[in-house]
Amino acid sequence: MFCISTEPLDPAALQRTLADAHAGACVTFEGWVRDHNDGRPVLALDYEAYAPLAEKEGARILAEAREKFAIVGAVCIHRVGSLRIGDLAVWVGVSAAHRGAAFDACRFVIDETKARVPVWKKEHYAVGDTAWINCATRGDHAAAVKS
Amino acid sequence: MITVHIQYFAILREQRGVARETRSTPAGTAAALYDELRARYGFSLPRDRVRAAVDESFVAWDTSLRDGQTVVFIPPVAGG
Repeated sequence: MFCISTEPLDPAALQRTLADAHAGACVTFEGWVRDHNDGRPVLALDYEAYAPLAEKEGARILAEAREKFAIVGAVCIHRVGSLRIGDLAVWVGVSAAHRGAAFDACRFVIDETKARVPVWKKEHYAVGDTAWINCATRGDHAAAVKS
Repeated sequence: MITVHIQYFAILREQRGVARETRSTPAGTAAALYDELRARYGFSLPRDRVRAAVDESFVAWDTSLRDGQTVVFIPPVAGG
């Protein structure tokens, strides 16, 4: 299951969805909003997604994880909306018979999600400006387009 | 001319000033449509930094557009 959520994520409830008698390991990853990026103090983040395509591409990533690794279950949920420092932005959970596959698949899912799923992040900086991450063009700040 | 529905996200939404529009265009491909919009609205991102999606699937830039389709241009993603 891959979902875009407008509501806060509940890791305990998400982890329960992975419960399975065949699973001997569960690896989870939590992506939190941190207070700095690229040397700049960050106050808050806005996430937005093209939800139908994000969920389709996310489902594809989870299917690929099932093909590549000997896992039992995999879930990824990404928040959208206005988030504050410390908020949970993304949660990935993978269950498997053994820990190796669970660690590897969890890493694969978060890496591919960051690279491929149409989700965007706007940072609000302490000095008052904002930037869409990864949208730099020539002459802009190295990692962002200022607006 | 064809009529397509366009949705904008993130930096493209801000630079276009609307989240969606229905537009008549002479553009025959996704690439031609992006070039038309970029010239008209001054999008900062060159086409090689953007991906195209039609009717909720990623497509190649040379994909032909048909009347009534929904087109979304995908700026560089930044989830996680």
